[in-house]
Amino acid sequence: MTQAMHQPEAATRSLGETLVEAEHLKVHFPITAGLFQRTVGAVRAVDDISFEIRKGETLGLVGESGCGKSTTGRALIRLRELTDGVVRFDGIDLTTLNRDALRRMRRRMQIIFQDPYSSLNPRMTVGSIISEPIETHKLATGKAKLERVKELLALVGLNPNYTNRYPHEFSGGQRQRIGVARSLAVEPEFIVCDEPISALDVSIQAQVLNLLVELRQQFSLTYLFIAHDLSVVRHISDRVGVMYLGKIAELGPPSAIYETPAHPYTRALLSAVPIPDPKAERRRKRVILTGDVPSPANPPSGCRFHTRCWLYEKLGRPENCRTEDPELRLVQSDHRAACHYAEDAMQSDVGVAHMREPETIKRRSFGAPQTGATRAPDDVEPSASAAIPASAGASPSDVDSNA
Amino acid sequence: MTATDDDRRADTGSPAVAELPEAVELPESISLETEEGRRLASQLADEKTKHARKLLEVRDLKTQFFTKDGVVHAVDGVDFELDYGETLGLVGESGCGKSVTALSLTRLVPDPPGKIVSGEIIFDGVNIMKLSNEEMRLLRGKRIGFIFQDPMTSLNPTLTIGFQIAESARLHLGLSNRAADDRAVELLSKVGIPRARDRMKDYPHQFSGGMRQRVMIAIALACDPMLLLADEPTTALDVTIQAQILELIRSLSDEFGTAVILITHDLGIAAGMCHRVNVMYAGQIVETGLVDDLFENPRMPYAWGLLDSLPRLDEERGSRLRTIEGMPPDLLRTGGECRFAPRCPYVRDVCRSAEPELTPRQEELHMARCFGTEPGGWIQ
Amino acid sequence: MAVQSTTVDAKVAERPPASLYRDAFERLRKNRLAIVGGFIVIFLVLLAIVGPFVTPYGYDQLATNQVREFRGPLNPGQGGHLFGTDQLGRDLMSRIMDGARISMTVALVVQVTVLLIGVPLGAAAGWFGGRIDNLLMRFTDIVYAFPDLLFIILLTVVFKDTWFGKAVDGLLLVFVAIGIVSWVGVARLVRGQLLSLKETEFVEAARAIGVPDRRIVTRHLLPNSIGPIIVAITLGIPGAILAESLLAFIGIGATPPRASWGTLILDGQIWMSSEPHLLLFPAIAIALALLSFTFLGDGLRDALDPKLKGKQ
Repeated sequence: MTQAMHQPEAATRSLGETLVEAEHLKVHFPITAGLFQRTVGAVRAVDDISFEIRKGETLGLVGESGCGKSTTGRALIRLRELTDGVVRFDGIDLTTLNRDALRRMRRRMQIIFQDPYSSLNPRMTVGSIISEPIETHKLATGKAKLERVKELLALVGLNPNYTNRYPHEFSGGQRQRIGVARSLAVEPEFIVCDEPISALDVSIQAQVLNLLVELRQQFSLTYLFIAHDLSVVRHISDRVGVMYLGKIAELGPPSAIYETPAHPYTRALLSAVPIPDPKAERRRKRVILTGDVPSPANPPSGCRFHTRCWLYEKLGRPENCRTEDPELRLVQSDHRAACHYAEDAMQSDVGVAHMREPETIKRRSFGAPQTGATRAPDDVEPSASAAIPASAGASPSDVDSNA
Repeated sequence: MTATDDDRRADTGSPAVAELPEAVELPESISLETEEGRRLASQLADEKTKHARKLLEVRDLKTQFFTKDGVVHAVDGVDFELDYGETLGLVGESGCGKSVTALSLTRLVPDPPGKIVSGEIIFDGVNIMKLSNEEMRLLRGKRIGFIFQDPMTSLNPTLTIGFQIAESARLHLGLSNRAADDRAVELLSKVGIPRARDRMKDYPHQFSGGMRQRVMIAIALACDPMLLLADEPTTALDVTIQAQILELIRSLSDEFGTAVILITHDLGIAAGMCHRVNVMYAGQIVETGLVDDLFENPRMPYAWGLLDSLPRLDEERGSRLRTIEGMPPDLLRTGGECRFAPRCPYVRDVCRSAEPELTPRQEELHMARCFGTEPGGWIQ
Repeated sequence: MAVQSTTVDAKVAERPPASLYRDAFERLRKNRLAIVGGFIVIFLVLLAIVGPFVTPYGYDQLATNQVREFRGPLNPGQGGHLFGTDQLGRDLMSRIMDGARISMTVALVVQVTVLLIGVPLGAAAGWFGGRIDNLLMRFTDIVYAFPDLLFIILLTVVFKDTWFGKAVDGLLLVFVAIGIVSWVGVARLVRGQLLSLKETEFVEAARAIGVPDRRIVTRHLLPNSIGPIIVAITLGIPGAILAESLLAFIGIGATPPRASWGTLILDGQIWMSSEPHLLLFPAIAIALALLSFTFLGDGLRDALDPKLKGKQ
């Protein structure tokens, strides 16, 4: 593996001005009861968060289920109505757009879903799934439309002749590629990737992740990458946001988030991620959080994390954690954390023990002979066949017939 | 409690502080400086000195599913052993046969369409394949505990969890209602459920996902089993809850000396939890070894391909991940060639003309199914 | 488990472009039971249309001399009546054919009414949700709770003298009335289907693309709920046919001398012990119709589900 491959990618891609901006974003889901559906409370899925995504940037969003990361992603492209706050896309306030204007905006922003099974209509052929956005936005008709569909299929590494097949005839990884092709059909600038690989098998995850990275480069895409897997987010993101109970706990570049995390929750999360290395596993200093995530319908007072916080216990349960909701404040350049005691958190070595002895971590030197430049579709299509390493010896048809 | 149970207790003892017989040579990977290392070392010592008999021996297990499209060779000739108190990982992707292996071990393969067509499964000296259904049922509840991926579907939603835990103790241990309830409370507090006595009366839906998994563990441990089968026990849970549950399984298996078969697709979990790991692919074990050897020096291209394809927290960020080409093979047709050959970057003609056997590698207990990494092979 | 993980990908050969419905037709053709059902349905419909023109007797034609001679219904085959006659000497076969007209029309009109009311109402409730859903569903609850018979009687009384009340001897009104009291089940079914489908990611994807709402409903939601709707409709046909005969029994609907299959059965009951053919032949007709509708419905449901391809 060459040194060049280790270069953080953001350095090679230029980041432009702000493309997407969320300001005091709130999404509450009413809880209703009774015959007349009276509102008796609200699930505060997203509760007052602000951030921005620059052009060409990939912002990773991590957190546990129910922390509001998916809702945030959907609210950003107005697939969820905002309870309060503003979302701006390229300077345009999406919350004030009317139906038609919003529909036109949908050409510029798209979403890729988690579940490759429920995200494709089982009664539509792959061709009609991918041509739907083309028809909706009247981008092409007739023969040109079909050509475009085939081009998109080839782009995501599928056989362009598969247009007449139904989704259930494909494997999970292939279906996820179809979903990607559908999103790309409108030539968007911004794509919300909502856990795009977490439903896939381990050996397929890397293939789809690589595809997303390639497409990002090819089309200068901006991503919001939502995942619960911290290592995946670290791999693909230029900046990372950690969410807990509808709030952003910490936001910053991967180097800051993963090496000097300033929020005790981030540290706890990091220490909980299993590392596929038994020695590193034994070396780690773990914090095992007690209890469950509290209900977003009734979040704890003050800092939402204080009910499970190890630092709070360690510091002797300071009062302001229970009473004051900490602001997301700057703790280093470009690194913000919502913790009254962020500086204390940064002093700790909890959750980052794995970063200590990097020289002991190595990839097997006899790794696969293919180079970093090869594309690895889980389904082989002719135009990609050149990318199959010669030494692999598996011709496209071999792989295909073996599927 | 029976005499054999007591024997077992005495045998496994308290591993964390056990003194090591001097005759045991330790692999380099195990350091006596750390508590974890000592634990491993003593377990290794146990393994070598005390037990002639294994808790579980699986020989040439074949389980097939008879479908309209043909015979699916879901488990195709699996051999492995498990020591008393050992934690063994079964690792692989969906469809590799790891779950079917676990089902076969307890004869729970759905029949039809599934059927165990051949093999021997010796559990604590008893050939499971020869037991009657009734004997098997008793064995399942009492000697083998289960934890499944989705605790919601394995708990009965209409019964209180107290009843569900106590039921097993009543049935298999012959406890009175009162004693069974006490046992249930004890188990619930043991698995970390606060206010255990109050929560006995609660129904499964009143618990969160992590708590339900704890309840499942309590049920699995109700009769103090010798083997715990955990099939993706944390896949449905969040990382912080996953860490709790894994820690719980680890500490309970230490405390009770319960052997664990941990089925997972997550190599990280296997690395942190297991003494030994079996990597499965296309219905076979393709590599097996002590966890350190296997992760440090995998000897099967599939195993290291999997390891290489994971983005890791503890390495530099790279822009591109290594991938394994193609998809897992169709289990309808097998044999004649290495099952990984169509996806293997090192493939040679010999891989297509014969199927490799699971053969020993350099380290003890380390075996792999690959011509290329055999002594004198072309992958070194 | 391993069984599901094997993909059929390689086994599916290249095929020519086709729409969902053309594919569905291909699949339907391969379903033998559905085809048999379909042919019987067509046969019954043809029988209803042309039957009364080709029989030698009218449905109300009394065979006066024979009745006088034998003092009772004729057995099948007697006196040139293939199915025999009833107690008044009317040819049973002719009456069944005429009854097919009524019963087939009932099946059609009632279920069309059910579709026209139930599907849009259920779709609206499911799609809009919230207050509209609440309102529509309370309305269906009221309709459901209202006594069917009372409603039908009221309706026939109110519309008695309008063109609608007089159309097809007043039968159309009765049929529509039956439909109006039977759509509740389908409405609830469609609502339930839409509520769950609405949350699926493929619908969300369509919204993210900017597909107009109406197209989402017609292209994504309804095609995916069509299976259960078809089953509900075909299984509703027996109910409709029986409802008509019960109404006829209390004097609403097919009034003598006309007879539907239902009234033929009701009449035949009286003679069950001595003249079983009066019950038997109409019962066979109804059973045949219901079975073939069910087979056809099942076949349609399977045919419209691409996942079941090649599994019949």
